[in-house]
Amino acid sequence: MPVMSYIQAVTAALQEEMQRDEKVFVLGEDVGKKGGVFGATKGLYDEFGEYRVLDTPLAESAIAGVGIGAAMYGMRPVAEMQFADFIMPAVNQIISEAAKMRYRSNNDWSVPMTIRAPYGGGVHGALYHSQSVEAVFANQPGLKIVMPSTPYDVKGLLKASIRDNDPVLFFEHKRAYRLLKSDVPEDDYVLPIGKADIKREGSDVTVITYGLAVHFALQAAEKLEEEGIDTHILDLRTVYPLDQESIIEAAQKTGKVLLITEDNKEGSIIGEVSAIIGENCLFDLDSPIQRLAGPDIPAMPFSPAMEKYFMMNPDKVEKAIRKLAEF
Amino acid sequence: MATEKINMPQLGESVTEGTISSWLVGAGDKVNKYDPIAEVMTDKVNAEVPSSFSGVIKELVAQEGDTIQVGDLMCYIEKEGTSSHDESEPEEQAKEKQDASSPKEEGPSSSMKKRYSPAVMRLAQENDIDLAHVIGSGRGGRITRKDIEKLIASGDKPAPAAEKNDSVAAQPGLQQHDQQAQAGDVEIPVTGVRKAIAQNMVKSAQEIPHAWMAVEADVTDLVSYRNKVKDEFKQNEGYNLTFFAFFVKATAQALKEFPQLNSTWAGDRIIQHKDINLSIAVAKDNELFVPVIKNADDKSIKGIAGDINDLAMRARSGKLTSEDMQGGTFTVNNTGSFGSVQSMGVINHPQAAILQVESIVKRPVIINDMFAARDMVNLCLSLDHRVLDGLIVGQFLARVKEIVENTNADTTNLY
Repeated sequence: MPVMSYIQAVTAALQEEMQRDEKVFVLGEDVGKKGGVFGATKGLYDEFGEYRVLDTPLAESAIAGVGIGAAMYGMRPVAEMQFADFIMPAVNQIISEAAKMRYRSNNDWSVPMTIRAPYGGGVHGALYHSQSVEAVFANQPGLKIVMPSTPYDVKGLLKASIRDNDPVLFFEHKRAYRLLKSDVPEDDYVLPIGKADIKREGSDVTVITYGLAVHFALQAAEKLEEEGIDTHILDLRTVYPLDQESIIEAAQKTGKVLLITEDNKEGSIIGEVSAIIGENCLFDLDSPIQRLAGPDIPAMPFSPAMEKYFMMNPDKVEKAIRKLAEF
Repeated sequence: MATEKINMPQLGESVTEGTISSWLVGAGDKVNKYDPIAEVMTDKVNAEVPSSFSGVIKELVAQEGDTIQVGDLMCYIEKEGTSSHDESEPEEQAKEKQDASSPKEEGPSSSMKKRYSPAVMRLAQENDIDLAHVIGSGRGGRITRKDIEKLIASGDKPAPAAEKNDSVAAQPGLQQHDQQAQAGDVEIPVTGVRKAIAQNMVKSAQEIPHAWMAVEADVTDLVSYRNKVKDEFKQNEGYNLTFFAFFVKATAQALKEFPQLNSTWAGDRIIQHKDINLSIAVAKDNELFVPVIKNADDKSIKGIAGDINDLAMRARSGKLTSEDMQGGTFTVNNTGSFGSVQSMGVINHPQAAILQVESIVKRPVIINDMFAARDMVNLCLSLDHRVLDGLIVGQFLARVKEIVENTNADTTNLY
């Protein structure tokens, strides 16, 4: 089984799906000849040609709009937003059209489109290259939001997203692209969208998170194991709609829950997770539900010191878990 | 390592031991030098023990309720500036600031002992566990869900009823009761002097087989005598000549003749005291002090009145020392000052009896087959029936009665 980086898993999934189904095509800024600014679509232009790997103008609204139109006619577009921060001009297309198409056409039309976008900070990218935007879309029924944390999950979930018959936002953490590597099977496998995954079994504290923070939680858990603190880690993988059953089960397991996101705290995904736990697990809780998140300021700062302060890291996670364990 | 001991300080000249009425700090708490760390009771004087160092409390060796000899170990403290955790502190503080919006959970140790999480409450109910007897491993002594789960797994659940009985025997007056306050009720924590009173009363009531006796005395002469001289006395001495002083004097005199009442039950023997030191009860707000008039038999009525005045003043201003409370051999209680005409006192352990001097009331009395208006008083006595019997007590009371009935300007000198 080859070891792949997170971004190689993206490329592999795209390549396999394009080989498997000729209706699958890629569009976005610089995705063609250049192979994408991060290299996620590298080699696809050469293999599949200019009609299946489209370089588009700098117009995110058009990228989404073209994708929606093609999807409605039976294609399976995979649109790339160069940075998740740039998705804002396309929000109207995504929320007003893609998300609602099946509902408002009474099932006559659907939008089997995937929108990929690199998100997240810790790469010294400053304001417009560091944001987490998932919460913007996380109360729009009709959309699915997938945010994988490992190369294995990336490949399985991206393939599932492409095959899904409704629009999926697929957010990839840009710092994870070359940071995270793991074994990824070469064969064709898909992972279920809407299912969370237990990344570590434990009995003292439950951590529920997604994306790069899963990695930080695993690092912290390993360190805390030496102190005798046993951490249970649930990776949401799909942040909308949430896997309520797994969340409830994980919260009940230890009764002490830490929720982590890199996003600003107020109004983030984990607030909803907290509400699910609050509604269902009162008599299993042994401590207040704790949220560890970015501060409520407009965006990730450029100054390295300030970026470090904003950004999630294993130390912050470790301290928060220990505090709960000792409670 | 710079772990220092904090010992029981000398809290008064003749004090040899103190009882920790409550710890004001817990293990892990940071204290500054001279910060109070514990409330200590010696007899009935409450004092705070200051910390001898700045640092972090490491371990509380003595428990609440323990009586510690002066100079013996109370707790360990990690002296400031030597802790290996120091480096991590600034970071910790920064973190704290970041978390400013979330409520602070840190508190003094054991503050969380009775904060039960929903999970703990549910498990305790389902498994019939009395949480009062579970030791918590969480912050501030909180009982965690894991603590309960372990307890259930071990099958070693504290059986509520049996445990409770044990604690009654071990600590009279201090056992927890399952009394629930209703909405609008006020809950007053029992601490300090109140706790000491409760403890002593329970001890006395449980240990001493009480018996009661009362006589009625005609103190018409005493009343007219006292009323005649009181203004002049006040002018000369600067304090009041109370009726109570006469009764204390009479009691001291009678005790000299009946030393059996001036004694203590000591299990295999009875100790008869040579000195006649009379405890008097002084109430202050919701506290009750029992200071002692030493060698009352040596003193004149004026001397006793002076002592009563002095002790009462100091009790009310909180200036009694433990020295003032020590050595009582018999108690005279001025219940008449509350308007009482009859009462059954609880003996001041380890004494053998207590005399209650009731209100002086003018009443029609038959003397020589004729009605007369006389000043009458009831003298009620509670006795330790292990030490005393009715005969001797009857004789004692008759003697006190005789003395007070014959107190007048001709027989009794104030000085």
